[in-house]
Amino acid sequence: MFVYADNAATTKLRPVARERYLKTCEEFFGNPSSLHTAGQRAKEELTRCRESVARILGAEANEIYFTSGGSEGDNQAILSAAHFGAKKGKKKIVSTAIEHHAVLHTLKKLQKEGFEVVLLPVGEEGIVKAEDAEKEIDENTCLVSVMLANNEIGTIQPVEEIGKICRERKVPFHTDAVQAVGHMPVNVKALNCDYLALSAHKFGGPRGVGALYVRRGMPLESLIEGGAQERGKRAGTEDLPAVAAMTAALEEATRDLPAYMKKVSALRDTLIENLSRIPHCALNGDRKRRLCGNVSFCFEGIEGESLLLLLDDEGICASSGSACTSGSLDPSHVLLAIGRVHDVAHGSLRLTLNEENTEEDVAYMSEKIPQVVAYLRGMSPVWRDLNEGRRQFIL
Amino acid sequence: MSLYSEKVMDHFKHPRNVGVIENADGVGEVGNAKCGDIMKIYLKIDDGIISDVKFETFGCGSAIASSSMATELIKGKPLSDALTLTNKAVAEALDGLPAYKMHCSVLAEEAIKAAILDYYKKNHIAYDESLFRETSCAHCEDRPE
Repeated sequence: MFVYADNAATTKLRPVARERYLKTCEEFFGNPSSLHTAGQRAKEELTRCRESVARILGAEANEIYFTSGGSEGDNQAILSAAHFGAKKGKKKIVSTAIEHHAVLHTLKKLQKEGFEVVLLPVGEEGIVKAEDAEKEIDENTCLVSVMLANNEIGTIQPVEEIGKICRERKVPFHTDAVQAVGHMPVNVKALNCDYLALSAHKFGGPRGVGALYVRRGMPLESLIEGGAQERGKRAGTEDLPAVAAMTAALEEATRDLPAYMKKVSALRDTLIENLSRIPHCALNGDRKRRLCGNVSFCFEGIEGESLLLLLDDEGICASSGSACTSGSLDPSHVLLAIGRVHDVAHGSLRLTLNEENTEEDVAYMSEKIPQVVAYLRGMSPVWRDLNEGRRQFIL
Repeated sequence: MSLYSEKVMDHFKHPRNVGVIENADGVGEVGNAKCGDIMKIYLKIDDGIISDVKFETFGCGSAIASSSMATELIKGKPLSDALTLTNKAVAEALDGLPAYKMHCSVLAEEAIKAAILDYYKKNHIAYDESLFRETSCAHCEDRPE
């Protein structure tokens, strides 16, 4: 049995995206910047893609910039808004403690440039409070950045509400929607955002391509200098096959979101229910306000990397926020932000489902995961200490 | 996964000497749950020979494999041999560990030394203190609570 349950890391390419990629290579091989027929045909195809992506997101075509993925979009949006704000003497940025590193590390860089960065707490349920964001916004604030859905614990943030506050206060608002697009409704107007970054390979598109929505009139500086592609904001010949494949994937992924969400959340709920029966474990993130495919647990007394390796041996591909899987000493900043202490955060497991997963997958994982957890606990001195009273259970 | 050698995976998936020795002659525990690795070694010692050894480990794949390999390397050996076991020898016996996992082999060496020290202390046996250096797991102990 092989179960792929790491769809938040990446997804399998959709056949429709693969076909579109190959077709684009064949039919639209010209450089969109070329004047000749082949080039102009490619340019028209690029425009069609831009229009389609824009329509799906509720944007205008000239508000969509194709990028290399989520990280680039996040970087470009944040740096643009920050540097624009700095020119007017505004150097405060408000964000959250659970952002992706593409956001956090960009903010760290800006901190070194003299910006003040406030990271809002998210509480045990892993959701930031809009009123906390509101309190932090002042006349020096040049940007608010809040992710739409968290990549580790799947919690959905009150982006609409925060966006509304930002719009009223005339503060630029960026949202990292990498985990959300294709998995829940995403409309830039409803979200009141000025910048929104997405990545194709999270919804069955290819790697290395994404899009950045930039509301008309918002500042945008280019990270890559050169030709005038993407209206002068991103130099380099467009990867049209990748853009077209992303567009095809996005069209398919968003065709019937309610049906998709209903199916996947049913699988998620069964898996959460089954894994909750494991003693001394805890679900990470709010039970209800989470992505339809996200299951994240901490198991006391074991370490996540060994859990992943043994699950892999059983044919289950999963992920963990333990330090050992990241090569750093600290476990995931997201798990620490929701109050999981180090000892417990090391024993985390993330399973992320999509429509490729089946009830059989869930049944198989529900059988194997408790066995592997029990096996590892059987050789853990921490588990022995917990059971023999030398150490207090946390979960 | 190709992160680890076949030998690491073998010792991780089929660890040797897992368990507890009741009334062990020496017990050593090193590491810290906060940094994600704890190793506990139990020794049975007869006439200066390690007649049995068991381990319990909370940690990643390489921590479990290092414990398993280290116990194999000292089982049936005189204490004097066990005291000279280095983390490098453990890592080499496993056909190498990724650089950032070398501390797992260090923990194995230290856990064995801690168990032997426990045996010496319990039995009031004189020992060469220079053989028992400070543990090198400083990065764990430095962490704020």
